[in-house]
Amino acid sequence: MSEVKKFLYVNRKAPYGTIYAQESLEVVLIGAAFDQDVSLAFLDDGVFQLTKGQDTKEIGLKNFSATYRALGDYEVTKLYVEKESLTERGLTLDDLQNIEYEDEDDDYAEKPSIRLVSRAEMADVMADQDVVLSF
Amino acid sequence: MGTLHTVNKSPFQNQTLLSCLAHAKDGDAILMIEDGVYGAASGTSVSEALTSNGADVALYVLGADLAARGIDAGRMADGVTSVDYEGFVDLAADHDRVQNWL
Repeated sequence: MSEVKKFLYVNRKAPYGTIYAQESLEVVLIGAAFDQDVSLAFLDDGVFQLTKGQDTKEIGLKNFSATYRALGDYEVTKLYVEKESLTERGLTLDDLQNIEYEDEDDDYAEKPSIRLVSRAEMADVMADQDVVLSF
Repeated sequence: MGTLHTVNKSPFQNQTLLSCLAHAKDGDAILMIEDGVYGAASGTSVSEALTSNGADVALYVLGADLAARGIDAGRMADGVTSVDYEGFVDLAADHDRVQNWL
C-alpha cells in the first residue's frame, strides 16, 4: 500500500456567492475514501462557510452547511479555523456550528472537530503538509 | 525547502496577496502570475507590504505575464525577480509543496 500523506484543503471563500465552497466539500468527501491524513483550513471569507443558521430556501441553492457536521463520519476530524479571520468579520466561535466527531480510540466520546488557531499557527499547519489543495 | 506560493489575482481586486504574505514562512517563495503580477510593481499601495513582510520570503514574478500586460520589468518592487516558464518549473521542483492562493 502507498504511504499515508498529509492533505490540507484550504477554504478562503464564502459559500453560495461562488461554487468554490461546495466544490471543496465534494472533493473532501471523495478524498475521504482514500485513507489519507486529511485536514481542512478555514481562513479569510472561508470562515463564513461554517456559520450557524444558514437558510438557502429563497435563493434556490442547496444548503450544504449541515454536511460539515457529517465529516466526522468520514474520519475528517481536523477543521482548523483562523481566529483573526473570525475577529475581522465580527464573529466568534459561538457563531459557528457545533461540529463533533466520535473518537473511536476513546470509547467513542464526542469531541469538537473545530480547532481555533492563530494566523501564525495556521501558517505552521500549512507548512506541515505534503499536499495543499486550495478552493 | 519550504513552500512555493502562487498568487494569480490582482491585489487591488482582493486581499489574497496580503493573506498569502501573512501566512508565508521563512524560506518560502511567492510567485506572482496572471493578474497577480500587478502586485509586483513598485510605488503601489501594496508594494510596502510586499517588500517589508518580515519573513525571509523570496519574491518572483512570471515575466510572460508582465510582458502580456505591458508592465516594464524595471518597475518591479525591490527584491522581485522575474522568471520564465522554465524558472517556474524549477521553483516548483525546488520546494516541498506548492500552495495556490486562488
